[in-house]
Amino acid sequence: MSSLPWLAWLLPAVPLAGGAGLAVAGTRVNAAAPRAGAAVGVVTLVLACAAAGVRPSASAPLFSGIAAGVRVDGLSAVLVVTVAAVTLAVLVFAAGDVGPGENRGRFFGLMLVFAGAMLVTVTATTLALLLMGWEMMGAASYALIGFWWREPRRVTAASVAFLTTRAADLGLYVAAGAAVAGGVGGLTLAGLPRAAPPWLDVVTAGVVLAAFGKSAQLPLSFWLSRAMEGPSPVSALLHSAAMVAAGAYLLLRTEPLLAASGWGEPAVAWTGAATALALGLVAVAQADLKQLLAASTCAQVGFMVLAAGAGGVAGGVMQLVAHAAVKSLLFLAAGAWLTALGTRQLGALRGAARQYPVVGAVFTAGALTLAGLPPASLWATKDAVLAAALHHGAALYATGLAAAVVSAVYSIKALWYVCPPVPAGAASGYDTERPGTRRIARVGVPALIFLAVAGATLGVLAGPAVAGPLRRALGAAGEASPAWWQLTLSAVLALAASSLTWWRGASGMPVPAAVGGWLGRWLDLERAAVLLVARPVVALAGFLAAFDDQVLDRAVSGLARGGLALARSAARLDDGGIDEVVRAVAAGARRLGQLARRPQTGQVYAYYAQAAVAFAVLALILIFVR
Amino acid sequence: MLSAIVFLPALVAAVLLAIPARAPRAVFIWAWIGVSAADLALIIAAWAGYHPSGGFAWTEDLTWIPGAGVSYHVGVDGLSLPLLALTGVLFLAVAVYSLRETRQVKSYVCLFLFLQAVTLGLFTALDLILFFVYFDLSIVGMFFVIAGWGHGPQARAAATKFFLYTFTGSLALLLGFIGLYLAVRPHTFDMVTLIRANPLAGRGAYGGLVLLAVALGLAIKTPVVPFHTWLPPAHTEAPAAGSAILAGVLLKMGTYGFVRIAMPMLPGTWRRYAVAFVVVGVVSVVYGALVALAQASFKRMIAYTSVNHMGYILLAVGAAGILASGSAQARSLAVTGAVTQMVSHGLLTGALFLLSGVLYERGRTYDMAAYSGLAGPAPVFAAVTAVAAFGSLGLPGLSGFIAEFQIFTGSLATAAVATAIAVTGILITAALFLRALQQVFLGPLRVPGGPGTPAALRDLTAREAAGIVPLLALAVVIGIVPRFLLDLIEPAARTLTHLVGR
Repeated sequence: MSSLPWLAWLLPAVPLAGGAGLAVAGTRVNAAAPRAGAAVGVVTLVLACAAAGVRPSASAPLFSGIAAGVRVDGLSAVLVVTVAAVTLAVLVFAAGDVGPGENRGRFFGLMLVFAGAMLVTVTATTLALLLMGWEMMGAASYALIGFWWREPRRVTAASVAFLTTRAADLGLYVAAGAAVAGGVGGLTLAGLPRAAPPWLDVVTAGVVLAAFGKSAQLPLSFWLSRAMEGPSPVSALLHSAAMVAAGAYLLLRTEPLLAASGWGEPAVAWTGAATALALGLVAVAQADLKQLLAASTCAQVGFMVLAAGAGGVAGGVMQLVAHAAVKSLLFLAAGAWLTALGTRQLGALRGAARQYPVVGAVFTAGALTLAGLPPASLWATKDAVLAAALHHGAALYATGLAAAVVSAVYSIKALWYVCPPVPAGAASGYDTERPGTRRIARVGVPALIFLAVAGATLGVLAGPAVAGPLRRALGAAGEASPAWWQLTLSAVLALAASSLTWWRGASGMPVPAAVGGWLGRWLDLERAAVLLVARPVVALAGFLAAFDDQVLDRAVSGLARGGLALARSAARLDDGGIDEVVRAVAAGARRLGQLARRPQTGQVYAYYAQAAVAFAVLALILIFVR
Repeated sequence: MLSAIVFLPALVAAVLLAIPARAPRAVFIWAWIGVSAADLALIIAAWAGYHPSGGFAWTEDLTWIPGAGVSYHVGVDGLSLPLLALTGVLFLAVAVYSLRETRQVKSYVCLFLFLQAVTLGLFTALDLILFFVYFDLSIVGMFFVIAGWGHGPQARAAATKFFLYTFTGSLALLLGFIGLYLAVRPHTFDMVTLIRANPLAGRGAYGGLVLLAVALGLAIKTPVVPFHTWLPPAHTEAPAAGSAILAGVLLKMGTYGFVRIAMPMLPGTWRRYAVAFVVVGVVSVVYGALVALAQASFKRMIAYTSVNHMGYILLAVGAAGILASGSAQARSLAVTGAVTQMVSHGLLTGALFLLSGVLYERGRTYDMAAYSGLAGPAPVFAAVTAVAAFGSLGLPGLSGFIAEFQIFTGSLATAAVATAIAVTGILITAALFLRALQQVFLGPLRVPGGPGTPAALRDLTAREAAGIVPLLALAVVIGIVPRFLLDLIEPAARTLTHLVGR
């Protein structure tokens, strides 16, 4: 039903406008910004729930033949509620985390602008509007990662994140052009699978590349590591629940396109599975809590991407929602400890859960959920994803299962550090990032508890009562639920891996140090990108600039100098040549004049002689002419 | 109506010449602001009274030199009206920005009024010789602006180079115009007649030579690689207002010439050599962006991004000339994108050059390495520059995205590989703008301390903001609700696509 079109526009417009207003006002609204931001967040959540119920749609002309359309269908409904809810929770937490000394207007404004851009992305029905929201998210992410702009390291990290995602976004631009060329003139997402064959592959490749970039899948995962330089609420919203999930959303939305292209589904599924496994191992090798959570995010999003490639849209959506709640919770808890103790290093955070019990409790709940232990949500949702993967081969299922086991390992590793009692010399490791406040802001606690409860209980999405209606709402009624043996197998493996990790403790991974170092450095992906792309481009730029100055410009100046030389030789020709001829003519005339004066001697005999000669010549002429 | 729009600034300039130069400079500048505002109001009225489905509107046709087939024929359509409006807006913004000018204000204002009349005239001209006259007069006006109010001792040399290079191009243009004149019977320079007659249809070599001459002249003005080397020194030495007009208006004369003269009057020849224009466009895109990335001077960097942005336009008009079955929507989209890019680039790069003028006024240098962390003492300046920079790199929400998306989407169908290469241009411009923003505005505070620099950096003043912010506001409006502009351009773009295809 397409009732209430204004609701479809109002839903993203409220956070966009509210956020823009707050961001422009900046420090002038420092006192009111948290409350204003939370208020806008509440309104957005209300609108999202209303939209999820009413399912509005709207369209406006944008370009010739291409409209900007929004529609809240089943998939979008789930996502708008998720995004709005997590945004509100993070904003409430940030009210306590972002102190009065910061530019709160800009912070809350940019978070809301980001939320608005994400809402545009998940409700867009045409590629043009989706690309607009997509890029706006990237810009908001840049501004938020570089929020503490006085520190060059953070701004550089923001630039790396923005440029990496922008490079991947070029795929969407190319996909749009290819779609128009392939006959999908309106650029509707639903119409993309109908593109004509050679262009269909280009469209698929472009969409897949953009999704991989935004979701930090291999080989573009390194930007998420750099994004951890931003404040923790930013990591909680953008880089766990929303922006990185946008790529997975795009793949889930365009699942028919992947199926139509033939190679799309296996490529996406295997990349997702490989990312889930490899980045899981990277997470195990991290010594910094936020980096561990970032790598874990890549891996968990890998599951969603795997679901999209395997045709398990419902499973992917369930995983997305559950992960959004759990990961944002974990980031907020890490942020709370960072604010309180001034450090993110796992070694320094020993016993932090005991020191701040509330945060410790929710972190424990989140970590156990992330490990995939029953009966928490991520256990059931991961199995929903793996059930879809099983249809595409046992190898894919096995890889996914291995990745699930690894996720248990890193979750319990994090827990192992923070849970035991505080060791004796713990204070020496504090305040490495910044001075800690040694307290948790009271206002943030309800948000943490809400997210913890959500994370734990969202497993009902995969349960018998909710799964069926959810699948029908998503248009994926044909997907099967995981079988009981799959659920049991994953539960047993997760429990086994968790116990093994807890027992081994800090004795590290049983791999050579070189491999461990390689994993710890995020597979050296950033170094590869710098060596293979960034440095050659900068070198080429320098060479071309020198070429422009030394060769092209000199050629033009040389042309000008040549013209001047030509002018000088023409002047020489004029003076030395033509003028000389004129002078020679004049000299010749003077000479002739001198010669003509010779006979005028004044002597009579000379005149007689001349007259005689003249008469003789005249007579000769008269004789011969006759 | 159009003659009133074009000659009003010239009349006011003539009146101002009578006022002695000792008069307070506010008299001159406020007169300029007043007449610019009045002119802009007239242009908006012309826009409101224009019906997109028609051909040329507000036409006037007077005989001028009947023996040579030259008439005073003016009119506007969907391609020239946006550029007319852009010129009006830019000159008003530059007038407000120039409230700070103190050197020989009377000559400055009269010169800019003359330049305003001439540039407005070019976009209304429907006769080739009239177009040529305005084209050359604009070069003369800009020469005096750069030579007289430029920054340093190099100003004269840069102005001379600009003048000679673009003037030579205009001579090539004249040669092409004469070629067109001789080909049509009865001989005339009237654009409407030439478009309808298509005189060089089937004249293979002759048509190629005429297109070469016309394209060479326009390519130097646009500018495209490799004829662009006059642009960086001209921009570096020109005053901020002069740079804004040079980039915002004068460069558009070249690209406007492509869509008004080269494409409709030489459709067959254009189709034959369209691939060459696509290649030149792509080379300009990538080359301009890469060289801009390597620049250390803020103003020179923006100058090279102009080369990059004009490359997109050439790519689009070239791709519109490559006929492929079922590509009519794509090619029309490409032309719409090209005209939108002309407007968008004028607004955004004009704003960036005015902002570079603010930077120079604070620190007396364009060298980006001399600055750091300016967002602390000058947050408004940093925010405005960030908006302009993000608009220039093509972020949605500003007009640059509207233009570039249409260009890419429209060009890929007929020039796939070239467009795929050109798309990397937006990545390189993103890199260079982020680098510039980080270098100049973010990080720890550092201000150059040379003679003439104030010790503490002042933020954007109200007058400077009054000149710059409206340009960016307009860019944002076009970025969010582009229909009011696209409704004007699209019919004309469709007509042009049809004309090129015949």
